[in-house]
Amino acid sequence: MKRIIDFYMDGFKNLPQWARSIWFIILLKLFIIFVIFKIFFFQNKLKKDFSSDNERADYVIEQLTNP
Amino acid sequence: MFESIDLTLVNWSRAQFALTAMYHWIFVPLTLGLGFIVAFMETLYVKTGNPEWKRITKYWMKLFGINFAIGVATGIILEFEFGTNWSNYSWFVGDIFGAPLAIEGIMAFFMESTFIAVMFFGWGKVSKKFHLTSTWLTAIGANLSAVWILVANAWMQDPVGMKFNPDTARMEMVNFWDVFLSPSAVTKFLHTTTSGFVLAAIFVVGVSSWYLLKKREILFAKKSIVIASTFGIIASIMLIASGDSSAREMAEKQPMKFAAMEALYEGKTNAPLVAIGLIGDPQDDPMDKTAKEDFKIKIEIPNMLSYMAFLKADAFVPGIKDLILGNEKHGIMSYKEKIQRGYEAQQTLAAYKKAQKEGLPELASLKAKFNDQNWMDNYFQYFGYGAYYAEDEAQLEKNAFKIIPPISISFYSFHIMVILGGHFLLLFIILLWLIFKNKLADNKIVLWTAVWSIPLVYIASQAGWIVAEVGRQPWVIQDLMTTSRAVSQIDSGSVMVTFWLFALTFTSLLIAEVKILTKQIKIGPKKEGGKI
Repeated sequence: MKRIIDFYMDGFKNLPQWARSIWFIILLKLFIIFVIFKIFFFQNKLKKDFSSDNERADYVIEQLTNP
Repeated sequence: MFESIDLTLVNWSRAQFALTAMYHWIFVPLTLGLGFIVAFMETLYVKTGNPEWKRITKYWMKLFGINFAIGVATGIILEFEFGTNWSNYSWFVGDIFGAPLAIEGIMAFFMESTFIAVMFFGWGKVSKKFHLTSTWLTAIGANLSAVWILVANAWMQDPVGMKFNPDTARMEMVNFWDVFLSPSAVTKFLHTTTSGFVLAAIFVVGVSSWYLLKKREILFAKKSIVIASTFGIIASIMLIASGDSSAREMAEKQPMKFAAMEALYEGKTNAPLVAIGLIGDPQDDPMDKTAKEDFKIKIEIPNMLSYMAFLKADAFVPGIKDLILGNEKHGIMSYKEKIQRGYEAQQTLAAYKKAQKEGLPELASLKAKFNDQNWMDNYFQYFGYGAYYAEDEAQLEKNAFKIIPPISISFYSFHIMVILGGHFLLLFIILLWLIFKNKLADNKIVLWTAVWSIPLVYIASQAGWIVAEVGRQPWVIQDLMTTSRAVSQIDSGSVMVTFWLFALTFTSLLIAEVKILTKQIKIGPKKEGGKI
């Protein structure tokens, strides 16, 4: 286990400059996607609006079959 | 409901999903193909022990890493959109794809994060063979992580292996293998991944040609071109074969998409394929029974469309109007009939829910219909068409003409994809031939063509998805659910906001990728195979 951790630690310590920039972009992107987008813009509509699966099913059927 | 649907919401939701998917697809195909190219290069290094191959491997591995890192997690947003913007669709299909997609995401994450780490951190720390195995597993893992999303997409175009549960309003998988190995799923996976292989091969030959034009890294560039062109030729052949299968499946399962991508208004026996064409005045919006095929220019290949669709030169290929108006002679049911049957299926479901809530005596007989295969095949199969129902006969006939995809977009996307696909195959062959004749370095026309083929291959790749996705409109699930019914009833303003937020985020990511990639390309490979 220690060897695996050392392997990763060593790898990250010796990252070249371009890889450091890439990691910065990855972390920034993950923050934007999972913190900003997910929390503020992407709530699951059916989970948010209804408390049970029965209600969700009824709602979807109504949406699909309303003439 | 059809008339009352907020088309602003539907169109912004469509635009948002298209934007996200198209940006995601900028990064994915290069990862799919470059992983294998790098694995082949490293295999040559391990086999020959030639340090030049190590240098070549490390350089392309670096570009692979940059593209992989910028693209990683961009597909997650699509999953967010399913729950927020496409909640009716997600609910309807959730039991089929929810779990496999989640498992795939976790598996891909662990597989890729483990083996990519060995790829980048493992030089000199693990044995050559273990390193090579990790490189191969990264390439295989990246391609496997595309499996379920492509199976899901294929299922939407050709829904099989499921049963509808009227109690939950959800599709339930009844046969895993029917879903996983449906001809559409197999073809979709092969066609999509091999398109990524061709894209990566063009990327490698394009960048290498630039070095040759700059008179830099001559041996490096030539070796890279040999590997990428060989890989590109094999991938192109697989791409053509899978595209051919795809056309036949489409002709059978999605005949409207097939007719639209050839702008075929009237059905024909011995139907010719329009190899190159320029459509005249657009007649698809609004379209009616008087609409006629209108090409300003066209060059046709006789009988080819019939052969492509049914492997018979004299086969009848239905046109857009045959599919809408029906064609008794060829056993084609009209859309009007399908709308009426779909409407009956929808009303049966509504009546069943009402009977269930109110404890009505007809509950058992209504439920029995959903277990009756004959009724399912003759009525429920057209469930989605019910969205176009109208009491008024004239309006119903008018509505039938709304069940067509945008013809010009489908036609041009298909032809751009095919023409460019042919160009890439020819380019690979010419590059290899010139290298073996030792004449490539002096042929500026071919070298510049290879460089400019990089943007072209991205256009072709996107065009392929446009044919697949725009061509199947108005369906989100073929014949069962229209895009307008799949969309969540949320405020269209919030969809517009997220559209622009995505546009900004993804454009920034793309600029970052292009800047980092071009900088590394200008720097070129390290001299002595040092740190990547």
